[in-house]
Amino acid sequence: MKQNRLLNIILMIYVLCIFAFIFAPILFSLVFSFNSQRFPTIPLGNFTTEWYAKIFADPDVWLAARNSLIVSVSTALLATFLGFCTAYSDFRYNFRFKGPYLALILLPPTIPLIIMALAMLAWLSRLGLSGQLWSIILAHSVLTAPFAMAIIRLRLNQMDPDLEAAAWNLGSSEWQAMRHIIIPFCAPAIVSGLCLTAAVSFDEFAISWFVSGLNKTVPVIILEIVQGNIDPQVNAIGTFVFLTSMTLVILAQVFFISRQVKSHS
Amino acid sequence: MKRKFDLYAMTWRLPIIFWQALFFVGPLLFMIAISFFVVKNYRMTEAFEFVNWQKMLTRNYFWDSYGYTIFIAGISTIVAMVLAFPASFALAFRASDNLRRWAIFLLIIPFFTSYLVRTFSWYVILAESGVVNAMLGYVGLGPFKMLNTHFGTVVGYLTLTLPLVVILQTVTMANVDKTLIEAARNLGCKPLATIWRVVLPLSKTGLIVAALFCFILSFGDFVAPFYLGGSQEPTLPILILDTTKSGQQWPRAAVVAIMMMATLFTIAFAAIALAYRKGGAR
Repeated sequence: MKQNRLLNIILMIYVLCIFAFIFAPILFSLVFSFNSQRFPTIPLGNFTTEWYAKIFADPDVWLAARNSLIVSVSTALLATFLGFCTAYSDFRYNFRFKGPYLALILLPPTIPLIIMALAMLAWLSRLGLSGQLWSIILAHSVLTAPFAMAIIRLRLNQMDPDLEAAAWNLGSSEWQAMRHIIIPFCAPAIVSGLCLTAAVSFDEFAISWFVSGLNKTVPVIILEIVQGNIDPQVNAIGTFVFLTSMTLVILAQVFFISRQVKSHS
Repeated sequence: MKRKFDLYAMTWRLPIIFWQALFFVGPLLFMIAISFFVVKNYRMTEAFEFVNWQKMLTRNYFWDSYGYTIFIAGISTIVAMVLAFPASFALAFRASDNLRRWAIFLLIIPFFTSYLVRTFSWYVILAESGVVNAMLGYVGLGPFKMLNTHFGTVVGYLTLTLPLVVILQTVTMANVDKTLIEAARNLGCKPLATIWRVVLPLSKTGLIVAALFCFILSFGDFVAPFYLGGSQEPTLPILILDTTKSGQQWPRAAVVAIMMMATLFTIAFAAIALAYRKGGAR
């Protein structure tokens, strides 16, 4: 028994090491963003907000932030709409070719981003749609819709299918049932889907880099700065990127979990 | 059976079909098409020629790169699976439900959080005079060259894949029927043998899926081999990047992309067949 206890402690220390490896880059990025050294190392240099001052004074960064905001909000709305439609179709109907239909929406995230980026670039330039901000939005909506679909579908799993039928029996139309039963029931999952798709879109750099032309988003700016040399500005921008996407992912999870707790009660 | 057009049903079913046809299937099919196009005077012209295929597939650098990409992604998959296993095992069997839920909650966050910035952060940490070498210096070791090596590339891949692998392994093993493990122990099976003969076979499907996702992500990533691996030995994604961005040779990049897709499909099918194969006669 004593040996077992020791083993447990060793295993838990190991788990902590794995977590340390996973979270180290996030933590160091935050620390380095306030560090005066150009080539950060330990012992740390002095505390400084120089890098933040630099990025706040840079109009390119502001422009990229604006672009990123537009792209991720639009992508989230579009992808969550598509994801909702598909999740509901899957929940409510059986139809021919449903397998391929579901495969069609779930496949995009499994395809390497660099390949999606190349294919999107070629296709969108052919259609005359490349080099615009909404080129990124089109591509990101395809990439992120599956996440929204999965979240909303899981929520629908918890709904009693008779609920909708009951509404029809009581005289509501299908559209009214959608409006008063399905959508309110899915609301937390919809919010969760919005947050998660926004986060994925906000962080995506390969497709954005290929199809955006001159309309750079924040990750594309980072990619370009990083190609030059070590520049601690990246840590300052990175800290904002982490804050934004971590907040979104945490919100997505909180909404996702809170509804589970509720439905169990 | 009514055959009438059902407006309500179609309102929900059709948008995604339309959208994915236009912006998912369309691009991928078009990519196959352009692999037969030719580039003249820096402009892509429609054609049906095999010149790009011939040019790429007869070059040694393509096959070197192909072999290297499979090698390094494979190594990184093995490393990720092995490193993650004890942690996942602990979370699945030795942690309370609550602790496990928290761990997964925390692991989901980095998986969806700016991989690019995390990689750059490793670049600084692993540098010649970076944090790791400074710490090793205190105990009289190093400095080690970690950037521009296989090690750097693998660290980058792990940054991307380790959270996902731990999540998938943990969830899979947490679903293993605990009574079977107790039964094995009661019948006198040693702990390690229990893992080998009970836990692993029962969680085979999930573990293979975890390895598959890990391989797909590593195989398709260009950031880690580019920034941390130094790209002297270009992986296929770097080849696509270079061919597209600097050479304007989209058709040749398409050839590389199609070869990657074919490889991934083959590996995915093999893995899934393996995952769902019935256990052999014992």
